[in-house]
Amino acid sequence: MKNEEYRNVWVFSEVKEVALELLSLGRQLADSLGVELGALALGNGAEAQASEYIAYGADRVYVGQHPALSRFSVEPYTDLIAGLAGQHRPEVLLIGATKRGKELAPRVATRLGTGCAADCISLTIEGESRALQVERVVYSGNALAMLTYRNRPQVATIPPGIFQRREREENRPGEIILAELPIREPRTRVREVREKEKGSVNIEAAEVVVSCGRGLNHPEDIQLIRELAELLGAEVGCSRPIAADLQWLSEDHWVGLSRHKVRPKLYIACGISGQIQHIAGIRDARIVLAINQDDAAPIFQSADYGIVGDLYQVIPALKEAYQRIVKRES
Amino acid sequence: MPEMIVCFKEVVDERELKVNPKTQELMTEGITRKISDFDLNAIEEAIRIKEMHGGRATGVIVGLPECKPSIKKALSMGLDRACLLSDPAFAGSDTLTVAAILAAAIRKLGPFDMILCGEASTDGFSAQLGPSLAERLDLPQITAASQVTIEGNQVVAERSLDDGIEVVEASFPVLLSVTKEINKPRLATLKQILAASKKEVLEWKAADLGLSTDAVGLQGSPIVLKRVAAFRMERKNIRLEGTLAEAAERAIRELLREGVL
Ligand SMILES: Cc1cc2nc3c(=O)[nH]c(=O)nc-3n(C[C@H](O)[C@H](O)[C@H](O)COP(=O)(O)OP(=O)(O)OC[C@H]3O[C@@H](n4cnc5c(N)ncnc54)[C@H](O)[C@@H]3O)c2cc1C
Ligand SMILES: Cc1cc2nc3c(=O)[nH]c(=O)nc-3n(C[C@H](O)[C@H](O)[C@H](O)COP(=O)(O)OP(=O)(O)OC[C@H]3O[C@@H](n4cnc5c(N)ncnc54)[C@H](O)[C@@H]3O)c2cc1C
Repeated sequence: MKNEEYRNVWVFSEVKEVALELLSLGRQLADSLGVELGALALGNGAEAQASEYIAYGADRVYVGQHPALSRFSVEPYTDLIAGLAGQHRPEVLLIGATKRGKELAPRVATRLGTGCAADCISLTIEGESRALQVERVVYSGNALAMLTYRNRPQVATIPPGIFQRREREENRPGEIILAELPIREPRTRVREVREKEKGSVNIEAAEVVVSCGRGLNHPEDIQLIRELAELLGAEVGCSRPIAADLQWLSEDHWVGLSRHKVRPKLYIACGISGQIQHIAGIRDARIVLAINQDDAAPIFQSADYGIVGDLYQVIPALKEAYQRIVKRES
Repeated sequence: MPEMIVCFKEVVDERELKVNPKTQELMTEGITRKISDFDLNAIEEAIRIKEMHGGRATGVIVGLPECKPSIKKALSMGLDRACLLSDPAFAGSDTLTVAAILAAAIRKLGPFDMILCGEASTDGFSAQLGPSLAERLDLPQITAASQVTIEGNQVVAERSLDDGIEVVEASFPVLLSVTKEINKPRLATLKQILAASKKEVLEWKAADLGLSTDAVGLQGSPIVLKRVAAFRMERKNIRLEGTLAEAAERAIRELLREGVL
């Protein structure tokens, strides 16, 4: 099949909020290609979702409602998505880079004999060739790779929270199509699902984050971090060792390459050395303040403001200064 | 007694990466190379399974001929044998193609029960290879496994997902990708290091795998890597000096002035 025989942009995420973000990105790409935007809605409630997707920018929604699709499972989802893409030949297929989306996209791409680029944070169309050009973070957060595609469809996964959903448009025209395709039952069986232990923190959406690392000596000292966070209206974050090795905080606080990427106005790093895998999670913070007793700690190179000192003294001093200045000036 | 395949990759040590100041491109030559972090966890998990249930673990790597020290390290940790897939024609392969090379080698090695991969590599970090390989070999997959148990001829694994833990089971043969949290990779003893030199290392090229050189490497890959540029860090790097109280006061004033408090 020649590349020119593929048309249209498609989006899919099993998480509705992410699908809406992808619709906004997909709409831009479809408009610059002069083609239609398609979306896939699978599983329970897919039909209700389909009309939402149209209101958020889709021209056409394919709905899959097989019992094997009721909850996400990679094999039946691959059957349906690769099956539809094989029939309708979209030129671009965007999939939300949730953990589930990331196990799905390469499987779909491989079945279609095409390539997939993971975790793309910037996507543009190259004029003449109509090829998708993407950028993704690589080398543990040290570099940005630019990639393009030779085959179609061009499959890319997109991290949640990078693109903003569009305004909802009531009465936008669009078509809903029921997809009937052969689907196999999954060969993995789910025994149990446990919610992750968490304190309802959405660190990725926080405006201010006060974060701690191995510079803390005891689990009860988290209280010190909490107090500063409370005073500043911030969420508490942490480095990997605090959540993974010591388990002083749950994983939803964990910032860095392997967990949450934060984008607050202010990130305060207390007793964090600043290894690249941690920095990969705070690249989008507007201002970084670092507190570390080691004047040579790499965190200072990644910070806008730095205080060299013992966090057990600096944090109380910061609290005191904040209370004094903000009180006096308000 | 499970027959296991462990896929591992050699990468540059990211701590040593340097930037070409003229082009802002990342310089990856002449840097220490190592086994990708999560792959050490995959190797360790295979060895632990072997210690409990017996069986055999074969390491498979698509890499440069110079990756022999990494192969020796994997064998020292406890893999039984290794298979190096190296051919100048493999250069520039994307995930689709690396998976095709690995699939051809794994088929040639014979029947197996489990394939273990790392969840993601430390260079590409795409977490794509496991699923792509599972698709090629038509296997069920369990990605992001943070705990693995063998029960007879099936695997039970805990998966660490965005919203929680999912416990899943699948019968052999199955592909798993493991997280960094699954275990602590061991260090080999001197005795193990010496014994590793005697272990078998198979070396196969494209032709040995029945792969045409057009189907692999740059020519065979749909993804084209155009450029790798270092991230520029635009941070102010201002040290707040003075006594503790002075530094704290300056910090708060600067943050208020920046409009971030
Ligand atoms: C594949 C991979 C993925 C990873 N992913 C992540 C990730 O997502 N997130 C992450 O954070 N890490 C990640 N890491 C780990 C990372 O490399 C570092 O090991 C980790 O970030 C270090 O945590 P830390 O800064 O808390 O601890 P340390 O490196 O031990 O630093 C502690 C710091 O505290 C300072 N300190 C000590 N006492 C005080 C005091 N009283 N007052 C002030 N300062 C003090 C010390 O000077 C030191 O700089 C990953 C590693 C790998 C290999
Ligand atoms: C900067 C950069 C960015 C890239 N981005 C992409 C991309 O977006 N899409 C794409 O298709 N290709 C990409 N590639 C090519 C890709 O790195 C290789 O195809 C690679 O072998 C597999 O991808 P990965 O490194 O992301 O591994 P991942 O999929 O993250 O690796 C997961 C696991 O697969 C196994 N594995 C991976 N590579 C090998 C190997 N060579 N031998 C044995 N086992 C292995 C290991 O167990 C590893 O832990 C990129 C390459 C570079 C250098």
